[in-house]
Amino acid sequence: MTIIDPEVRAANRPSYELTQAERRFIGAHLIVAITALSIGSLFGPLQAFEFSGLDLYQYIEPLFKSYYQGLTLHGVLNALVWTTFFIVGFTNLTTIKGLGRPLSNPKINQVGFWVMVAGLVMTAVPLLANQATVLYTFYPPLKASWAFYLGLTLVVVGSWIEGVGFYLTLHAWRKDNPGVRSPFVALAGVINAAMWQIATLGIAVEILTMLLPWALGWTDATDPQLARTYFWFTGHPLVYFWLLPAYVSWYGMLPKQAGGKLFSDSLARLSFWMFLIVSVPVGFHHQFTDPGVPVVWKWIHAVLTYAVFFPSMLTAFTVIASLEYAARKRGGTGLIGWVRALPWSDPSVTSQLLAGILFMFGGIGGLTNASYNINLVIHNTTWVPGHFHLTVATAVTMSFMGVTYWLVPHLTGKKLWSAKVAVAQAWVWFVGMIIFSNAMHMLGLLGAPRRTPLGEALYVPDEWNGHLLRVSIGGAILLVSLILYVLVIVKTVMGPKVDPAEVPEVPIAESIRHPQLTPVWLDRFKPWLILAAALLVLSYGPQLFDQIVNLDLNSPGPDFRPW
Amino acid sequence: MTDTDDRVPPAEVHESHLSMGIDPYEKNWMRFSIVLLVLFAGAITIAGFAAGFQLPGPEGRVDPRTLLDTEPWATPGLREIAPGEFEAYVVAQAWSFSPLELVVPVGAEVTIYVSSPDLQHGFKITDTNINLMVVPGQVSKLEYTFDEVGDFPYLCTEYCGQGHAAMYGTVKVVSQADYDALNSDTADSVPADTTGSEG
Repeated sequence: MTIIDPEVRAANRPSYELTQAERRFIGAHLIVAITALSIGSLFGPLQAFEFSGLDLYQYIEPLFKSYYQGLTLHGVLNALVWTTFFIVGFTNLTTIKGLGRPLSNPKINQVGFWVMVAGLVMTAVPLLANQATVLYTFYPPLKASWAFYLGLTLVVVGSWIEGVGFYLTLHAWRKDNPGVRSPFVALAGVINAAMWQIATLGIAVEILTMLLPWALGWTDATDPQLARTYFWFTGHPLVYFWLLPAYVSWYGMLPKQAGGKLFSDSLARLSFWMFLIVSVPVGFHHQFTDPGVPVVWKWIHAVLTYAVFFPSMLTAFTVIASLEYAARKRGGTGLIGWVRALPWSDPSVTSQLLAGILFMFGGIGGLTNASYNINLVIHNTTWVPGHFHLTVATAVTMSFMGVTYWLVPHLTGKKLWSAKVAVAQAWVWFVGMIIFSNAMHMLGLLGAPRRTPLGEALYVPDEWNGHLLRVSIGGAILLVSLILYVLVIVKTVMGPKVDPAEVPEVPIAESIRHPQLTPVWLDRFKPWLILAAALLVLSYGPQLFDQIVNLDLNSPGPDFRPW
Repeated sequence: MTDTDDRVPPAEVHESHLSMGIDPYEKNWMRFSIVLLVLFAGAITIAGFAAGFQLPGPEGRVDPRTLLDTEPWATPGLREIAPGEFEAYVVAQAWSFSPLELVVPVGAEVTIYVSSPDLQHGFKITDTNINLMVVPGQVSKLEYTFDEVGDFPYLCTEYCGQGHAAMYGTVKVVSQADYDALNSDTADSVPADTTGSEG
């Protein structure tokens, strides 16, 4: 028997003000994240312009040597640094504010953060020196400087350490609050951290057992097929690691910002647990065209990828239902007319709503990618970056930008500089991305290879030209949006402190149904971790075993630096 | 959707009160999602295992360090193994394909093998289902029947360094008459007749 007394209610809806140290600590993550986004995104338009023949790289030649160095920086800074630092910082916030208590061992998190920063610096040096122009997938036998691999490892290890800090904090809260359901935003953040720790075992093993010894000269060669298998063990759950914090905001915060409540606490939890168990055993769907993986395993992972689509379908329903609930409370009517009643003048809400709209198309494209033999049409074409610019560069990035529109003011005690400009920024990104992404998808269907400066490629037929131009136009529009974003953030941070009443609160949504009514099994780690481990062993065990016992370090790569 | 804001929990919650509390609309949505995904899984299963859409799989391993000295990779190119049936060995190497051209008669059934002595590459023949990762140490294989006369460029689709964008070749599908004419002119230099030399 559980009693919902006032104390439990308070535990479900804790009020806790961040200390100055906590604000600074979370803010430090955001400074790294937003700086990475700002610099990394500048290379995007350079690539987009190249597609229609405007090669700006020749003018920055003394600093950056090639399209590919720019592409590597774009991928690493945007997809790895912006996301990871934002996510870890944001999870600090959801843990502390969600539980209404400080971190149990803040020193652990501080160590984790500085390990991440040290890793970032170590990675940045070879990247900037053109010693690691291997793109963010770093497929061997492309050989980067050892510092690149070690730096990436440290970033991951730092994020693990912070994850331990989150886990211990949740554990401490549970000891203080027996029988109380863990607050959703805190639980969801910790689930993502746990999923990340499982998922990153792949690249940890890849780097430590194969790439780092090779880059240091201790071994002569690599096994590129096994390296790909290790990489994609991490590579696909990586996208859920990016996405789940956006889901935390969509489920746990956006309903409050829109004036409503979370539609279903239990299904929100269920979808996060499902992500924990099915995010990882899907990696072979990135390797459908690999020669060294048996087709039956590709098929198994294709089917499991459909399984991981299920919690996203749940999310679509619950988030839209929560928004509809909010909109109707605000007086919205009609089958879909209620959408207009949402607070579109709030840049944080607008940014996340637009993120969600484009994510639907990203999700459909993702199903296409995962579909076994249909993948043959689009694998390694521009369709794929077209796809993930809808997911990580829109659903995730616009959601995170939307979060910063209240989080930066909250942390700094200031008022957002110009909500109007911020709303415009979101719409400009939305429009630019539609143009860019649609053109990339179309080019992919025509067979244009990804990761290729198509402006200089010799095989480009005339029928691609219109799409190539639209890629450039989309890139230019996105650049305008980026500049607006940086302007809003910088002006906000530089602005004067305001009356605390004007500073936005951390929006944490209540659920319509009290979380104490949610079954206990949706609040327990153990069964889900066991399930995750079991599924992992079944889906990856035999193939990994096979590839590891047949390890053949016979690929030294070319005897010259290929970039 | 009804306004469910008034669902205040009872002061005491017994185990029996605990439930997922799933909205009927959402239950239907979950059923729909499951049916949809099962249908998709069925479709790819049929396409993959009954309708013959193939993916590459393990084809034995090669040593990238000696690939170019090992037949048949030492003399890449097209061989007719039976009337209308061909096999094509293609070497992908920074930064060109060898051979740069594969000329086949229309209707040719071609089994394509690709490998690399240096880096990972991609091999995608435009407007076909031939799309392969080329991984050093592995042999990538797919079959295709060229039913249409025309030029089908094959492009490197994986980043392999500075010359990546220049890496392409062409499958030329010609009429049987053109093919026969071409073949009788060059009968002496069919790749299968040469041995041992560097590719």
